Amino acid sequence: MAISASTVNRRRHPTLLSRLRSRRYAAYWMVLPLVLVVIGLVVYPFFYSIYLSLENKKETKFVGLRNYQRLIRYGTFWLVVGNSFRFTLTAVFFKATLGLVLAIILNNLPFRGQRVWRGVSLIPWVMPLALSSLGWWWIFEPTHSAVNWVLVQCGITGKPWLSDPTWARVSTIVTNIWFGTPFFMIMYLAGLKSIPQSLYEAAEIDGAGATQRFRYVTFPMLRKLIAITVMFSTIVTFANFDIVRILTRGGPRYTTHLFGTYAFNIGIETGHLPRGAAIALFMFPVLGIAAFFILRNIARGEE
Amino acid sequence: MAKITRRKFIKDVAVGSAAVAGAMAAPGVVRKAYTQKPKLSVAMWNHWVPGATDVLKAVADEWAKKNKVDLRIDFIGPSSTEMLTVASAEARAGTGHDIIALTTFDGLFFMDKFEPLDDVADYVQGKYGKYDEVSTYISHVDGRWVTVPSPTGSHSYPMVTRKDMWREYAGIDVEDIFPPDVRKRDPKKVDAYNYDAFLEACKKVAKAGHMYGNPLSECSDADDWACPLFLSFGSIPVDEKGNITIESDETLEALEYMKELAQYMPKEIYGWDDASNNRWIISGKGSAIQNPPSAWAVAKRTRPDVAAQLWHHDTPRGPKGRFRGCLFFTYGLWKWCKDKKMAKEYLKYMLESAQQWKILAAAQGYDMPQLKPMYSHPVWEEIGPPKGGQYNYIRRGDEHLIVGGWPAHPLIGAQIYRKYLIPVMAAKVTTGEMTPKEAMKWCARELEEVIE
Repeated sequence: MAISASTVNRRRHPTLLSRLRSRRYAAYWMVLPLVLVVIGLVVYPFFYSIYLSLENKKETKFVGLRNYQRLIRYGTFWLVVGNSFRFTLTAVFFKATLGLVLAIILNNLPFRGQRVWRGVSLIPWVMPLALSSLGWWWIFEPTHSAVNWVLVQCGITGKPWLSDPTWARVSTIVTNIWFGTPFFMIMYLAGLKSIPQSLYEAAEIDGAGATQRFRYVTFPMLRKLIAITVMFSTIVTFANFDIVRILTRGGPRYTTHLFGTYAFNIGIETGHLPRGAAIALFMFPVLGIAAFFILRNIARGEE
Repeated sequence: MAKITRRKFIKDVAVGSAAVAGAMAAPGVVRKAYTQKPKLSVAMWNHWVPGATDVLKAVADEWAKKNKVDLRIDFIGPSSTEMLTVASAEARAGTGHDIIALTTFDGLFFMDKFEPLDDVADYVQGKYGKYDEVSTYISHVDGRWVTVPSPTGSHSYPMVTRKDMWREYAGIDVEDIFPPDVRKRDPKKVDAYNYDAFLEACKKVAKAGHMYGNPLSECSDADDWACPLFLSFGSIPVDEKGNITIESDETLEALEYMKELAQYMPKEIYGWDDASNNRWIISGKGSAIQNPPSAWAVAKRTRPDVAAQLWHHDTPRGPKGRFRGCLFFTYGLWKWCKDKKMAKEYLKYMLESAQQWKILAAAQGYDMPQLKPMYSHPVWEEIGPPKGGQYNYIRRGDEHLIVGGWPAHPLIGAQIYRKYLIPVMAAKVTTGEMTPKEAMKWCARELEEVIE
């Protein structure tokens, strides 16, 4: 069969359309919708909030870093910084520890019972956070607290759960632990399931007890997973809004405000959106560092 | 059977889709041609009083029907923060409802995006006289009516006293001092109802186990009783010129007073929210709070014995006068509204006495008008039990209605109010976290941050 010169040329120099249709580009086409969503809902708002934070209150004048400079001069802002770190570090530590303990207990349950308990223990995580926070608010309510009623029935004095700074911080952290622990538990449980039984058998033959098996088999095998879950949870916990907004609204006396709730108070409730954006952007370095470690751990895991 | 190729399939689907779309669109086009009406959309506060929203909608629909307008009212809330969030999103997007109802200072955050409403305010004031001072303060800014006051949802914070308890434990008969007829008031008795007498009474009711309770926390109810108290001692956070004036002898005096008063209030007030004081009095533990008649309305359903004893009346007098907090609603008209003339006609109609008469009755006394002729509405005299218990919910005597942050420029006032600076400053003193002087200094620093 004769092949014309033009056909040869077309084959040598494929058109743009044929290139785009090729298998090589298919993946890019498939990823494109997600990329557009990320650009629209993450990248654009992020850069827009940076732009916003550099404007004056009326958003009519570029003021450079003035919003940031003004914030760091005031005690309340540093109180918020302290609150955010205290809240995040304490909550993540307890969530990770409790999650690991629960995962080990669940892993040692008989298979049938395990399924039921696994489902039950996921309920706090599955429930909408705003809804469960309302439940906790009812438990801690300053005057008619359900938990205080129980304490009083047992002859113990009730605690000022939401009206004293220390107890209010405890209340918000407890609520966060309750909500977040199942996430750690399910991740660790998946990790535990993937540890080959032969490693435990070998350890047992070598005379390892339960503690040694945990120390030399379980923990090293879960280390990467622990690092990833802790970092991931740090990001989510640091940016928390719902719990504090519902339980304390940042009180008493601003002692439970986090970056998210304080940014909402200043940005929306007092109408100073640029300064609200500046407060929210203070979270970025912390979250950025956490994200860096997550990605590094994942990359190392893949290697 | 003919073979279906890929090309044929795509072609057939395209033709079919076009046919279906055409068929669906055609009736719409026809319908539109027949019923094209001007459209108006309103974001309105969702009233918590059962039935109030229905009456407002019926009144608005009458206007829409008469003027052949396609009117849509979205009822949002009842949380006013929800309204503010909607307004923020619409302002940023540059589209949304034509008219929006917002509380206190919130409308001012969007003043550049709102159409001036001077003609609406002039129309209403021309018919019913001047708006009260606080309504003018929050709506008439920088020489124009940015918003117009709306009675729907507006409320104030009078004393709500258990008249039986105060009579029995404190020897004060609030019904006698503030009877349901302003002409029957004895000026001497009213004058004697001051903050000193109030403190003494609080000591007595607390001793009997029935404390006076109001929040000292991050909520608007805290602002709405603490800010008026400070003003009645002459304490002003920021003056009209923008000078920070919180560090004063007057503030010191108010803080010392608060320190003493808080000893006779529940310890939980530092964690209370807007509804906590309601629950406090409804439970039967409390003997007085400061609140609109919402506490009474709930008590009427759940604790009629408590409701029958609740008397709404004036606040105590301080060295510089008698001040009562309020939380007023306003209407704003977005600049993107296509038919502003029609929107203004709607507002004028809704703010007329004939319409307000029906809406005020449906709100069962909760809504507070900003125009004096509407004070004569019978709802506050008739509603009960106790009959006359809400007569003094409307300002009848020498009180000044104010909103926290007054008299600073309203945009500064908004930050004082929404950062809850006065109640937080007071709480820092009453909990012993700071001395009064330290707390004043702290507040002054916070105010520096507020003023640009």
